[in-house]
This record gives sequence, C-alpha cells and structure tokens, in this order.
Amino acid sequence: MKVPISVTVNRRKYRMEVEPRLLLVDFLREVLGLTGTHVGCDTSGCGACTVSVNSKAVKSCTLLAVQVDGAWIITIEGLSGVEEGELHPLQQAFHEEHALQCGFCTPGMIMAARELLDRDSMPRDADIRHALEGNFCRCTGYENIVRAVRRASDVEK
Amino acid sequence: MANYIGQAVKRVEDQRFLTGKARYTDDITLPNMTFAALVRSPHAHATIDGVDTSAALAAPGVVAAFTGADLEKAEVGGLPCGWQVDFKNGDTMLEPPHPVLAVGKVRHVGDPVAIVIAETRHQAREAAELVEVDYGVLPAAVDMLAASAEGSPLVHDEVPRNVPFDWGLGDREAAAAALAGAAHVTELRITNQRLVTNAIEPRCAIGDYDPARDHYTLYTSSQNPHVIRLLLTAFVLGLPEHKVRVISPDVGGGFGSKIFHYAEEVLAIWCSRQLERPVKWTAERSESFVSDAQGRDHVTTARLGLDADGRFVGLEVFTHANMGAYLSTFSTCVPTYLYGTLLQGLYTTPAIYVDVTAVFTNTVPVDALRGAGRPEATYLLERLVDTAAHELGIDPAALRSKNFIPPFDGVEQPGYQTRVALQYDSGNYQGVLDRALEMVGYEEFRREQQAAREQGRYLGIGFSTYIEACGIAPSAVVGSLGARAGLFESAIVRVQPTGKVSVFVGSHSHGQGHETTFAQVVADHLGIPMEDVDIVHGDTESVPFGMGTYGSRSLAVGGSAIVRSLEKVKEKGAKIAAHLLEASEQDLEYAGGKWTVRGTDQSVAFGDVALTAYVPHNYPEGLEPGLDFTSFYDPANFTFPFGAHLCIVEVCPDTGKVTLKRFVAVDDVGNVVNPQIVDGQVHGGVAHGIGQALLEGAIYDSDGQLVNGSYMDYALPRADDLPAFELDRTVTPCPHNALGVKGAGEAGTIGATPAVVNAAVDALWHLGVRDLDMPLTPQRVWQAMRQAKSSQS
Repeated sequence: MKVPISVTVNRRKYRMEVEPRLLLVDFLREVLGLTGTHVGCDTSGCGACTVSVNSKAVKSCTLLAVQVDGAWIITIEGLSGVEEGELHPLQQAFHEEHALQCGFCTPGMIMAARELLDRDSMPRDADIRHALEGNFCRCTGYENIVRAVRRASDVEK
Repeated sequence: MANYIGQAVKRVEDQRFLTGKARYTDDITLPNMTFAALVRSPHAHATIDGVDTSAALAAPGVVAAFTGADLEKAEVGGLPCGWQVDFKNGDTMLEPPHPVLAVGKVRHVGDPVAIVIAETRHQAREAAELVEVDYGVLPAAVDMLAASAEGSPLVHDEVPRNVPFDWGLGDREAAAAALAGAAHVTELRITNQRLVTNAIEPRCAIGDYDPARDHYTLYTSSQNPHVIRLLLTAFVLGLPEHKVRVISPDVGGGFGSKIFHYAEEVLAIWCSRQLERPVKWTAERSESFVSDAQGRDHVTTARLGLDADGRFVGLEVFTHANMGAYLSTFSTCVPTYLYGTLLQGLYTTPAIYVDVTAVFTNTVPVDALRGAGRPEATYLLERLVDTAAHELGIDPAALRSKNFIPPFDGVEQPGYQTRVALQYDSGNYQGVLDRALEMVGYEEFRREQQAAREQGRYLGIGFSTYIEACGIAPSAVVGSLGARAGLFESAIVRVQPTGKVSVFVGSHSHGQGHETTFAQVVADHLGIPMEDVDIVHGDTESVPFGMGTYGSRSLAVGGSAIVRSLEKVKEKGAKIAAHLLEASEQDLEYAGGKWTVRGTDQSVAFGDVALTAYVPHNYPEGLEPGLDFTSFYDPANFTFPFGAHLCIVEVCPDTGKVTLKRFVAVDDVGNVVNPQIVDGQVHGGVAHGIGQALLEGAIYDSDGQLVNGSYMDYALPRADDLPAFELDRTVTPCPHNALGVKGAGEAGTIGATPAVVNAAVDALWHLGVRDLDMPLTPQRVWQAMRQAKSSQS
C-alpha cells in the first residue's frame, strides 16, 4: 500500500505515492535522485543526512517520507541561489576556509550550520561547536568548519 | 616557477562536494541493478552446522542467495595477505585461509556467512533475516594475552597458541646489557587500545558484469583501486586482469580502513557474473563496526634505561599485537616493520630491541589505521620519556634536548642510521621543540601550573616529539622484508594538442586534495595556469598502475612520478622548440610557459610546441609525434617527517574530566605545496589522535561481542570535544625527492595521542598518579586519583 504525499523540495513541488516505511533520506536519494544528502549511520548519530524541513535542521533518517507531507524542504542541492555556480555564503566560506576534505559530511554540516545562523547571526566559537555536535567529521578536526561558520556569519551580518 | 607551489590555493575539487554533486559509490545507480545484503555471524566463534536459504529464496523480490559452500564449489579463493612476516626462528608465517563467506566455522561477530540478492535494498535485507544458520557456539578467544597462552580456544586449529608469527628487531643482548648497567630504568606497561576507524562514508561496492564484452567493472570505496584489481583477479577470482576495471569514485574518507581487499568486493563481482546484472552492496554503520578492519590494539611492556646524566642507554620493548580473526591485507607489517623500526624516535639511544608476538582472537581483523604502527611506537616511547623525566625530576623538554639526534640535512651531513634498520633522511629536532615551547610560553605555563595547584586546580602539560616513516616505500627494501608488492607510484602527463594537460595518477584522493596540490605542481613546472591542468585518478582503465594512497605517500612518491613525466615533457618540448626556433637545444631556457633563446627575445610558447607535437608538419627529423609521458617512481628511501606536539589540560579534581585547554603542534613535513591543505591534514590527524587519548576504544565482552558498535556507544570526537589548534611548521626538505616533500597525512595522529596523556599524567603526578590507560574517561581518571590518594594516606 502506498500513501500519497505532496512535498516541496528545493522550491519544486512533488506529488508522489510512497511506501509508508520509506525514510525521508531514502525518498530524497532514491526517489528524487538528490544524492547530495548522505547516509553515514543507522542510529541518527552522524548527521550526514541533515536537511532543512520547514526551516529546521532535521536528520532526514529520523523522519518518514509520509511525515513531510506538505513540508518545505531544502537540501544541499537547493541551498544556493537559482543562478548556476552561485554559492550560499556558507558554501563559499567552507571553500575559503578549507572546511571540507572528503566532503561526505559536508552537506549535513552546512545544513546544520545554516540553522544556527538563522537563529543566531553572531555565534561565538563555543556556540558553533555546540550547534554542530550532532554532525561527525573525521577529516577536518572541525577547526576549519568552525572558522567557516564564523566567516559566513560575518558575511551575513 | 613557483606561482602556485607554497600558496594556499583554494581546492578545485570543492565545488562538487559543496553543492551535492559529488559521486560516491552509493550514489551510483546502474540500469537493472540488484541489491545485496549479507548474513553475518552473531557469534564470535561457532561451527556452521547448516545454512538454509530456502525461505529467503522464496521471499518477495529475491533473485539469488549464496553461501560459503557455493563459493567453495565455484573455487573462489580466500582473501590474501600482502606481507609475509616469518617467525624469529625462521619458520614460515602461519596464514590460515580467509574465506569470502565463512565455511565450517565463523571466527568473529560479523563474519559473513551468506549473501542474499533482491530487486530492492529492503527486500534483500528482509530476506537475509530469513536465512537459517545452525550454529554450534564455541568458547571464544578474546583477550589476546589469554589467547596466546596454552589451553586457549583456537581461532584457527592449525595455529598453535593463536600465534601466526613472532618477530624481533635490534640487538637483544646489547639492549639487555645496557638496561642492566643503567643508573635508572623507567618501565611501563602500555595498552594501546583498539580503535574503530570510522570513515564517515560506509563502504560500498557495485559489481557490474557485461556479458556482451565478457568484461567486469567494480565500483568500490577504495583507497587503491589497482591493488584491489590485482588481488581480486590474480588471487581470489582468477579473472583475467585486463577484463576487469576497478573504479574508486569520490570516497568519503579512508584513514586506512579502505586500503584492504574486502569480501564484499569479491561478492559484488562474482554475484554479478552469476546473475548478469549489477549487484550493489552498501554497508550499514552497524555492519561497518563489525566488518571494516580495526586498528591499533597492542599490549606492551617497555623499559628505558638512562645513565646518571639522563642519557638514554637502552630500550627494550615486548609487544603483543592483536590480529583479530584473520590476517587482513597489510595487517602483518603494521605491528612489525611500521612499528619496531620507529623505536629510535628522535633519540640517540644506542641499544634497542623490540619483540612482537602476533595473536589471533575472535574479533574483527586489525589492520592499518591512520599512522599504522607509528602511533603505537611513538605513544610508548613518548610516554616512557615523560615518565622518566618525572621520575628523575628532570624537565621533560630538557631530557629530550639532551637525547636528540643532532641536526642533519642529508646532503652536507649524511642521513642518520638508526639501530632499528632505518636511515633518517634529514631532521632538526631541537628546532621543532624550541618553536613549540615558544608558542606555548613554557616557563610562564609552569608558573601558572604551580599557582593553580595551590588553588586546588590540576593543570598539566604533555610533550610528544615524534618521527614517522612515510613516503612508502622503496620496493626492493620492503620486498626484502616480506612485502608481496612493489610500492612505487606512476603518473602519465598527457599534453593535449591545445596545450591543456591531463595528468593520470595512481594515488587516490579521498579528502587529501590531490586535484589541487598535484595541479599546483604541474602548473608551476610547466609555467601554465592551473585551470589548464586536470588530475585524473581512481580508475584502472585510465591510470596505468598505482599502489594508491596511504602512509602519507601521495605527494612524496606519486608527486615525484609526476615530476619525472614533467621533465620528460620539457625535454621533448625543448627539441621541438629548438627546431621551431632554429636554435640549438642547449641555447634554450624554459620559463613562464615558453622556451626562449638565451639572451634574445625569440621564444616559442608551450601551447605552440604542444600543437606542433600533434601537427608535426614542421618537425625535428626522427622525433616521434605526441607529447605524452608515463613515469614510474620508486623512492630511494622513506621520508621522515617529525614534530613536537604540546598539550595543556586541566583535570577536574571532583569528576576526573580531562579538558583540553591548548594544543600546539609544530610539524616539519619538508617542503609544503599547499599550506592550507597541510594544516587541514594536521587538524584532522590531531583530532584523531586526541580521540584515541580521550574518547575512543572498541570494547569487546568476554563472548567477543563488540558492545559499543554504534554511534550511540562509540565515542567519536565531536566539535565541542576539541579546542582550537595552534599550528606552525619548520621546513627541513627531504633530500631524496625532487619536491623535497615528506608527507603530512598521518603526522597529527602520531604526535597528538601521547601529548594528551602525558599532560594528564603531568597534571596528577603530584598526587601520586603515575600512569593512565586510554581512553582517559572521567571514571578512569577519577579512580586513578582516588587510588593515588588512598595509597599515599
């Protein structure tokens, strides 16, 4: 039995029928082909699958696709402006500060940081570290990620 | 030259990672693809008395199911080990088979028993649950010291005492005599706990057999696609190597765990051949915890002897190294040649002996993890040195200075021959320590520490001055030590007719930024814009050969292969330029992307020479067209980066929590091509090293169950566990490669761990705490403080 949902992802509206057990992350990756959102674990621990659901950073492995019926979702693919090649200030700051290495955690990290900057435009380093504690990175030691979020907050001010 | 080298050029590969357009193996979907799920043993040690796949085969969507017996019937070989380490008495290493799917017995929790393939991932997973395996549970060998004693359960019946090999290096008599005559002996029993590597991208493999061409493609999250192809074709499946293509696309971190050849790679290819459809397997994280090779896991007793002046006179090290249940691809060289050979450290210790006993246990196999053997060596040596300093009341910095090997550049002064087989290339060890002391404000800190102590606050500083052997490795040297492979690297520099340059390299980038660093090197050598250079890696069909990326080797070995090809390009280019300029080759100089006749304004640009090479109308007689060179580079020696890491911690007297206040790292990795990328490598390495010191550790219970096998339980460092890092560098170029580079990938991991533990012990020494086992959990530290207090009262 499939369930109809209607959801807006990256400013585009989809009406689909999905299996009730389908996770949001699998819906994004396997149904919509948005493979920029990654799966790093099976216990909602790593944060690689973080996306924005109704402007909140959400680990997309913790929601079923049927739960986002009617929601407004932004993934890493839809973060920057509509112009091709244009980067969101966070994406630009991650680039400038070398805040990514293998890139696997990067989309989730950026989506989590985006929510922080939405609610706090001038976070201290400790606030940044606290806000990102749900997202694992094994490559960077977080140092340059913290610098990048700080830089992006300076840009947004 | 040098518009790019030494500059913090922003990474050219970033765009795809930042916008969600990267392509990791699991992002790949092929037409008609099927999905595999593995049935894994829930027991650490058990006989397999029967496997029934009939219910799974009847489940919805299931296409096939195979067991170890099926593979045995098809004569699929076992997973090979790539390095032979024989017993001290000359007996051959015991190398029991490592079947792709277990046959007869399972030997660790997670050992694969069967594979189920279905139309969807969910169907495969559900059907795998329906496979009935009849296990006869056996007692498990888990603790490695108990496992190597008589009477322990045997992991492999053919390996007595569970010891597949033992190994020694150095002069045993000289070390014993030196210790017997020493004025002071510092002794430590050190546990270097097992770590789970935890690349954030779970492993993934897709096998794709094309019956039309009788051709196989394997997509796999590997650090070394050519090595996988060689092992897969020549050793496991007996397939023709030229009919197999291995692609490692974007790979989400490796840290060693993606070097090795894994069962799932064999299964994806073999099953795809049976089904004539693509087969994809992606690890769930809980599978990664019980199927990715793990790291470290040594128990060591070490003794350092000092004379009355505080000079090191002898070192003796006895280590048990846990192999887990099977000999993984490079498992045997890690606790031997990558470990014992580093025990000279930065010191002039004249007599050294190291003895290693490898032990099988019913746990996940252990292999290389970032640093691989070198962190274990550095940890025990630096713990010994700090402990000796405390015991003798000598300042730990002064004790190191007294024992450092004096500076040598490897050119004017020869390399330093150690007592444990290596010859260091170049070094200035006092230099890194001095800079680190200056950055930390050492004397000021000691005053602050004293003042804090008077207020009942426990501050401590820990030292770690390390060396590592990187740039792995001279093939003949490692061959004489038992390696079953060469460790050279290769590169094609292909100048296209328009002067654009494609470079095909055998090393593999899974976060290291090769597409940027290598392009900087190429652009500078040719005097062309970086935008004109493209770096291609990770595909056996386009790259001639390569041993891959690990051991901080990519720039030192792979970069050197690129430079060789660049030299050949310039050499041939000069012949063409001389012809076009009607000048003698000897009169030309190459700079700024053009050949100029010395002392004139006559020149010809790189792009014109490239075009002429492919449109050879007006061309030197006898010269072949084209401008495309392949080089193989086999290094003359290892490279030896070194550094000084200083850590300041505060230990809470009430809870035992260790808080990092500062972390200062001064590393010397030789010349630096991209300082921002090198800093990033150090950051990540230091975080990994701190993780081992404070947080991480695989915990097996006595039945061999990994009790912290998930991110709910295994403590990876998070952003708020770590301080901001303070970095600097000194530069002592490597004398034996063209770029003067030494490698930076592992430095942080090797240096950081002992600095943290030494700092915690320094904070608590005055209470009577003499040693702490990693990870330094609050509970452990609190207990150590309590014990020290009660034994003093």
